Amino acid sequence: MLRIFKTRETITKIQQRQISEFIIEKLIFLSGLASVLFVILIFVFLLKEGVSLFKTVSLKDFLIGKFWYPISDPPRFGVLPLLMGSLWVTLGAVLIAVPLGLGCAIFIGQIVPRSLRDYFKAGVELLAAIPSVVLGFVGLVTLVPLVRHLFHLRSGLTVLSGSLMLAFMAMPTIVSIIEDAFNAVPKSYREGSFALGATQWQTIYRVLIPAAAPGILAGVMLGMGRVIGETMAVMMITGNAAILPKSFFDPARTMTATIAAEMGEAVRGSSHYFALFAIGIVLFLITFLVNLVADFVLHRKK
Amino acid sequence: MKIKVEDLHVYYGSIHALKGISMEIRRNEILGAIGPANSGKTSFLRTLNRLNDLELHVRMEGQVLMDGEDIQKINVSLLRKRIGMVFALPLPLPLSIFDNVAYGPRMHGIHKKKELADIVEKSLKASYLWEEVKDRLSSSAFKLSGGQQQRLCIARTLAVEPEVILFDEPCSGLDPISTAKVEEAMLELKEKYTLVLVTNNTKQAARVSDRVAFFLMGELVEVDGTSKIFTNPRDNRTGEYITGRFG
Repeated sequence: MLRIFKTRETITKIQQRQISEFIIEKLIFLSGLASVLFVILIFVFLLKEGVSLFKTVSLKDFLIGKFWYPISDPPRFGVLPLLMGSLWVTLGAVLIAVPLGLGCAIFIGQIVPRSLRDYFKAGVELLAAIPSVVLGFVGLVTLVPLVRHLFHLRSGLTVLSGSLMLAFMAMPTIVSIIEDAFNAVPKSYREGSFALGATQWQTIYRVLIPAAAPGILAGVMLGMGRVIGETMAVMMITGNAAILPKSFFDPARTMTATIAAEMGEAVRGSSHYFALFAIGIVLFLITFLVNLVADFVLHRKK
Repeated sequence: MKIKVEDLHVYYGSIHALKGISMEIRRNEILGAIGPANSGKTSFLRTLNRLNDLELHVRMEGQVLMDGEDIQKINVSLLRKRIGMVFALPLPLPLSIFDNVAYGPRMHGIHKKKELADIVEKSLKASYLWEEVKDRLSSSAFKLSGGQQQRLCIARTLAVEPEVILFDEPCSGLDPISTAKVEEAMLELKEKYTLVLVTNNTKQAARVSDRVAFFLMGELVEVDGTSKIFTNPRDNRTGEYITGRFG
């Protein structure tokens, strides 16, 4: 009696389970598909709008034109000052963030007493949680006057200020990836080196860093991707002048800042509007390339 | 007498891993350390070159004297140079064969090419690896077989010219032929160095050791000449372990 009852229950349960299984499977499939689809759609849209620019402006004028005067008559859409602005700011940020990040990762992972390690890690991760506009605001009122004062400039709104700010924003990414890379180095390398009488620093420098090199490079690349894509903070503190910067003490305007600042005023369907999309393509290609290289470096060893 | 251990206690957090070990290690002997898992023999070894210092929450009481000098008072890099170690798994560094052996000397400030080349050749010859690798010193150490890697690790240890060499189950991952070669190297090394061999293989301890120490649950049950331990041990538990009744 009991047995029959149980069997019947099981059959309906199995049917139910099959249905829910089916639904869940399809939902997961859809969400997986969606993420890929969105990327493709975004790129197609970007390409469609951006390429329209080249009906009125030649590719050459766009890529190597030295002037970005979108509302003069005739307008000039030279992306070079913006591209160079982005590259200068990024270069500066990387130069600051990489040594600092590497040192920080070594300190957190290898030197600080283990009981304090988690606090330092939390601190670095907290840095990532600060909204960029807040960082930009703080930078504007503290960093900008400081840079102006320190280097006796007329204005502190320079590439250097932007680089410093962005270096801080890239730090969490760089530190956590490099730290993971250090953790992935087999314990035996450390012990083997110590057992031969090498000191802590010798071990870090001669064994740990070479063994973690791919991870370190990946951290640097991903940090770089973050820096190039950052908009708000750089817009606030680099001076926003679309001229070719000649040094770290010149003001600059990045590609991202240009899009953010001008999108609102560009007439839809105008060359200006299309030009902003064309900048978007350039930006997309750069970040795509950086991520690709980072990915390649990170997975090469596996 | 090379090393004197006096009432040594080691704690990992709340675990009492070594409970009052007192013994002597004689110059130019091979001291075998045997005992079941968790008996403290590896902890003992890692205390001697202070590799235990790397562990979290480790605490040590008692004294270890090398040539009459407290090892806690010797600079730790210098101590580890004088007391080398060969690990259970052959673990070369991710470098070439040459650089693996030259790593230690370089860390201790030797940079002349000629001098390094001499040290590498001498060390590899002493660990019976030279003939097999002399034509490919610049290739990666990972390309060697397990047994060759272990002999490379021995060469690496010899290159810093230690006085004592600690072997932590050096043959646990090796086939019988490689094991024989490592043992042969050890017997040869005895002429110049003092060796401590931790092993799970009691037969190996019988083959190469001059004296054997039997560890059980953090205690040193007894230490005596090899033939005495294997034929007529003082403690019942030693006999039972050796004849395979436990452990």
